[in-house]
Amino acid sequence: MIGSATPAEAAAAEVSAPRARGPWTGRAAMLATYAVAAIVLFGAAPAMLTDFRLRMLAQFLCVAMVAVGIGLAWGSGGMLTLGQGLFFGLGAYIMAMHLQLSSAGPSGRPAFMVTGSDLPWWWELFRSPATALLGIVAVPGLLALLLGLSVFRRRVKGAYFAILSQASAAAFALLLISQQNTIGGSNGLSSFRQFFGFALNDPVNRRMLYFIAAGVLIAMVAVVHQLRRSRYGELLTAVRDGEERARFLGYDTAMVKVVAYVVAAVFAAIGGALFVPIVGIISPQNVGVVPSIGFLVGVAVGGRATLFGPVLGSLAVSYAGSTLSEQIESGWVYVQGFLFILVVAFLPGGLGSIAAVVRSRRRRPAADELPRGVPEPDAPDPEPTPADVRSGGA
Amino acid sequence: MREDYLEIRDLRVEFDGFVAVDGVNLTVLQGDLRFLIGPNGAGKTTLVDAVTGLVPATGSARLDGVQLLGKSVHRIARSGVGRTFQTASVFEQLTVLQNLDIAAGAARNWRTLLRARSGIPPTVELAMETTGLTALRDRPAGELAHGQKQWLEIGMLLVQNATVLFLDEPVAGMSGEEREQTGELLRRIRRDHVVIVVEHDMQFLRSYADSVTVLASGKVLAEGTYAQVQADPRVQEVYLGPGHTAEPAPALGEVL
Ligand SMILES: Nc1ncnc2c1ncn2[C@@H]1O[C@H](COP(=O)(O)OP(=O)(O)OP(=O)(O)O)[C@@H](O)[C@H]1O
Ligand SMILES: [Mg+2]
Repeated sequence: MIGSATPAEAAAAEVSAPRARGPWTGRAAMLATYAVAAIVLFGAAPAMLTDFRLRMLAQFLCVAMVAVGIGLAWGSGGMLTLGQGLFFGLGAYIMAMHLQLSSAGPSGRPAFMVTGSDLPWWWELFRSPATALLGIVAVPGLLALLLGLSVFRRRVKGAYFAILSQASAAAFALLLISQQNTIGGSNGLSSFRQFFGFALNDPVNRRMLYFIAAGVLIAMVAVVHQLRRSRYGELLTAVRDGEERARFLGYDTAMVKVVAYVVAAVFAAIGGALFVPIVGIISPQNVGVVPSIGFLVGVAVGGRATLFGPVLGSLAVSYAGSTLSEQIESGWVYVQGFLFILVVAFLPGGLGSIAAVVRSRRRRPAADELPRGVPEPDAPDPEPTPADVRSGGA
Repeated sequence: MREDYLEIRDLRVEFDGFVAVDGVNLTVLQGDLRFLIGPNGAGKTTLVDAVTGLVPATGSARLDGVQLLGKSVHRIARSGVGRTFQTASVFEQLTVLQNLDIAAGAARNWRTLLRARSGIPPTVELAMETTGLTALRDRPAGELAHGQKQWLEIGMLLVQNATVLFLDEPVAGMSGEEREQTGELLRRIRRDHVVIVVEHDMQFLRSYADSVTVLASGKVLAEGTYAQVQADPRVQEVYLGPGHTAEPAPALGEVL
């Protein structure tokens, strides 16, 4: 029987397969890209930028972390995560609570709190550095798991999913605003003095924060890289393009999707958590609908289905935003919206897809002649017709 | 070796008051290449949809005695029921190899899933040879010709490790030679699978069917060998009869 080998047997007996494109050109290009990224982020940028600019770049890197997660969930998985502000905010507020408590000293109270009112119990959860770090990952991760499973199990997808996730970010921002006495309301949380024992007004420590952000971002890209090239990555794309079909093959597609969704949520939360000591303030304005869309614009512009597109797009959009908003102030929101529409309408794959688009335009006339994965010279006789049916029998 | 069997009893599917499948009884054993025929709208695809969990149904559908109805789509698939679709639905952005590898992998654990594929699983290799797609291994499935997509679908069914195979119009749009090869392949796989083929192509049916079930207006009209069914006056009236405008008529004329 043809399909009778168990997965274990199959794995044990796998024969090595030459890859379609030269194994080296692809891998070498990848390594070179990582090397360039490391040189720029760890060498050139700190050497050339002023402290003020470096801090700005660090802030952009935090936003780019959210973008890396969106690239996985939206680009590879087709989930239009329009509400990442929720997870970004959870990570940020947990970090902010911890920093306020540690700045206030043992059994101290956060600065903004009205004297006489009690510190809510959930603040105490994040007093210790260990529980704060755990909470930054676990709270958004678990929430994404619950939200994701209940939504994906009910087969909510496409625009409905996008609206639902956006509504959750809006609701979270409203909740924060309503909590003036417990979490700072619309003012948010600010005036942090130290970060896990390091004084935040020391330029050396501020540099360290930049390096942490750069390292974490590269690590996140590497994680997404591995996920994309793994069997899971292929499966995620398959579920994106034909969820029903994948179900008929025996896959619990809600589980497949929720993994990418949780990873994206955790990345957003870590971005939020690092944003807080770097920027020095977190408020509902950073977590609602507008910033949630902002996270997405860079991903769309850079190319959501590519590995580096989301990061590069996000950094470019952040930079453009900081430059332009000095000149046109609130106009930047409209520019962002316009940019988003422009990309979605005319270049759905983002700038990262330009090369592929041009290539396919140029190739189109001959596309039918040339098989894409040209077999290696030593490959066995390529015979594309369904052969061996009779001879293979018995 | 134990013989597998699919046993459908009193299957009923209703869409807002319209009864698409109306009390169907059907038993198919391993080794019996069963064809399911009937005029357009007879409920053939709906029957397959019901057994594979896509549409809710009442009655019962058991595979080796295990109830399938009421389970979710992916659990039914894991119980050993595979299907192809009337319109080829492969993962267009993925390559032939990736499509087959995914079809073969529903039982993989997370550790395997999180690693890249390091080689081609033997079942996939074999399926590519069987379906003649080896040379097109690294082509995106979306670039394949129609017939090749159908073959890829069949290949995915083969590696899926299913016991029951439903094929919905597998030879539609295939050339004569491709049809013959498909027929031979079906003959081979029916030995160790329960195979049910939905088809309109009478020539193909006559050449390869071991047995035929005729469905009309959601009910089983007749069942038997091709000759028995074809001689049945009721079947001639709704489907195979002379002067019938249904698509199979010309092919049948040729056969007779
Ligand atoms: N989801 C649905 N909602 C409502 N009616 C449906 C649905 N699916 C199918 N039907 C109806 O059920 C009947 C049976 O359809 P089905 O697709 O099973 O026919 P079929 O025998 O496969 O026909 P064909 O040979 O054209 O493929 C048709 O009248 C169709 O309109
Ligand atoms: Mg049909």
